[in-house]
Amino acid sequence: MKNLTSKQLVGVGLFLFAVFVAVPVLIRITGRWDFYFTLTSVALLAIASAGVWLTFYIGRINIGQGAFALIGAYVSAILVVKGGVSFWISLPAAGLFAALVAILIGLPILRLRGVYFAMITLVLTQVVTLTALALPITNGAKGISSIPLPSGISIFGVPIIPDFAAMENTKLAFYYAACILMILTYAALYRLVNSRLGHLCRSMQQNEELASSIGVNISYIRIVIFAISSFFGGIGGAMFGSIAQSVYPSSFQVADSVNFMLNCFLGGLGYVFGPMLGTLVLYFGWDLLFELGKYQLLVYSLILIAVIRFLPNGLLSLRLGKGGPK
Amino acid sequence: MTPLLQIRNVTKKYGGLTANNDISFDVSENEILSVIGPNGAGKSTLFKMISSFVPTTSGEVLFGGERISNLKPHVVARKGVVRTFQETTIFKSMTVRESVIVAQHLRAKASLGGYFWGSKAAKDDVVSFGKYADELLEFLGMSEISDELASNLPQGNLRALGVAIGLATGPKVLLLDEPFAGMNHDETMRMVELVRSVRDARGVTVLLVEHDMPAVMTISDRIVVLNFGEKIAEGTPSEIQNNEKVIEAYLGSADDEIGM
Ligand SMILES: Nc1ncnc2c1ncn2[C@@H]1O[C@H](COP(=O)(O)OP(=O)(O)OP(=O)(O)O)[C@@H](O)[C@H]1O
Ligand SMILES: [Mg+2]
Repeated sequence: MKNLTSKQLVGVGLFLFAVFVAVPVLIRITGRWDFYFTLTSVALLAIASAGVWLTFYIGRINIGQGAFALIGAYVSAILVVKGGVSFWISLPAAGLFAALVAILIGLPILRLRGVYFAMITLVLTQVVTLTALALPITNGAKGISSIPLPSGISIFGVPIIPDFAAMENTKLAFYYAACILMILTYAALYRLVNSRLGHLCRSMQQNEELASSIGVNISYIRIVIFAISSFFGGIGGAMFGSIAQSVYPSSFQVADSVNFMLNCFLGGLGYVFGPMLGTLVLYFGWDLLFELGKYQLLVYSLILIAVIRFLPNGLLSLRLGKGGPK
Repeated sequence: MTPLLQIRNVTKKYGGLTANNDISFDVSENEILSVIGPNGAGKSTLFKMISSFVPTTSGEVLFGGERISNLKPHVVARKGVVRTFQETTIFKSMTVRESVIVAQHLRAKASLGGYFWGSKAAKDDVVSFGKYADELLEFLGMSEISDELASNLPQGNLRALGVAIGLATGPKVLLLDEPFAGMNHDETMRMVELVRSVRDARGVTVLLVEHDMPAVMTISDRIVVLNFGEKIAEGTPSEIQNNEKVIEAYLGSADDEIGM
């Protein structure tokens, strides 16, 4: 709807600079190459979290994103390893397959509200894990390992994406790929929320009866949103599998699904970029508390509870104040 | 000419309770018809069946000869039959103007994808929605509160907001469930005028449930009276005021008087 203000443009510019220039330079100076892996993980988890945030946007608590990340990881791995398909084709295919599963699951369960919907999604991750253990194509508990690195893509001989296996610094390549995906995801999310679909979501979130009285097909929009949400989950999961070069039934667990949800709470449900910040803070917060040993989880949980108690609108509400940009 | 809306032997049972029993009447185009009756008579239930918010137990509702009962609410709204709510029902974190804009989505020419990519049609829609919202709010005398959050509005304005949202959809038939509730005499008389001009200027057929008898008698072309789920009378305001069954029904209940 509205175009970006100049202040927002500066913000986006600074963000892009930090991600694509400042971080690589800092890593080179400090020699902390492990940060690439950490930040790549954050970017991919933030993509999955964006999906969870979107289901919050239609008033549903989604604790099942791990299921769709796992589905995406398997679909991509199977296509690449068994089908010989390029990773870059398998990536959208993974997202679409996750979306398809979401449509089939969503039809019966999206009618549920509140805690009932949340409880069912909580089970989904476990169901997908068990399915992966049982199916022949997913290789049971052994999972799928030795997934080849993404191959290059060129159109009419012009290289669009380089061959990852031929690269010296695959870490940097994955970092860039993950960040680009994340930025595309959040740009799409921002557009969506500020377009008519977003307005209809808001109307449903605030009052489903009134929304249907003005002609909003709420069950259709719920399905569309849940499918998009799961598409993001599938994409994030597929990319993760490719970086780890392996997928196991335990690659994404219930705890991951819970974390995706917490990322959204922590960052702020009212802000499109909330889940991105939430993912970053939660991921690093957990690592920073590593020194505490067996008290790590306890302290971590207490801090989380405190943040959610005292900042119910998330971390971004600190900076943007009340009624900040959506 | 067939009537615009035909209510045909409509019955609604909730378990053992019959909320509506075999109700039939017609509504012609451009009419203002009120449905009155004591508390619990089944007025809101009837409106919910006409707008397909609840299914009928038996019987059907026809709109332009086409069945609109036992469908989905959004399907009926798309056909042009739109209800408002008796209870306060708003988009609480939207402003008045935002509510009226989102309510216009049935008039959208661009697809959801078109909005996402920012197509020409979508941009035109956005401009026309904004313009129509301002026009409608001006018409309803709500321009001053257009940037007010819905949750901050006083009761009287909430009712008006409900009507504005319903009108913004561009309905052919508007079902207003107690639109004057919580309004003082002056506000009510202003709303009565507004509802009339909605009918006159916009060609909207209006069905209305109201307890405010003076308002009902002023505004209605015809009145249907329900009591304990049964239709006990139908006619012009003067016919209804002199109908013995109606007088009896109202004298029998403690809190309502039909007198004017
Ligand atoms: N969902 C429901 N389940 C069971 N009973 C219901 C339901 N909805 C309404 N009823 C009952 O049906 C009867 C008619 O209710 P309805 O709301 O239509 O009355 P009304 O005429 O609108 O009353 P009021 O003037 O108080 O708004 C009441 O006895 C009510 O308790
Ligand atoms: Mg009622």
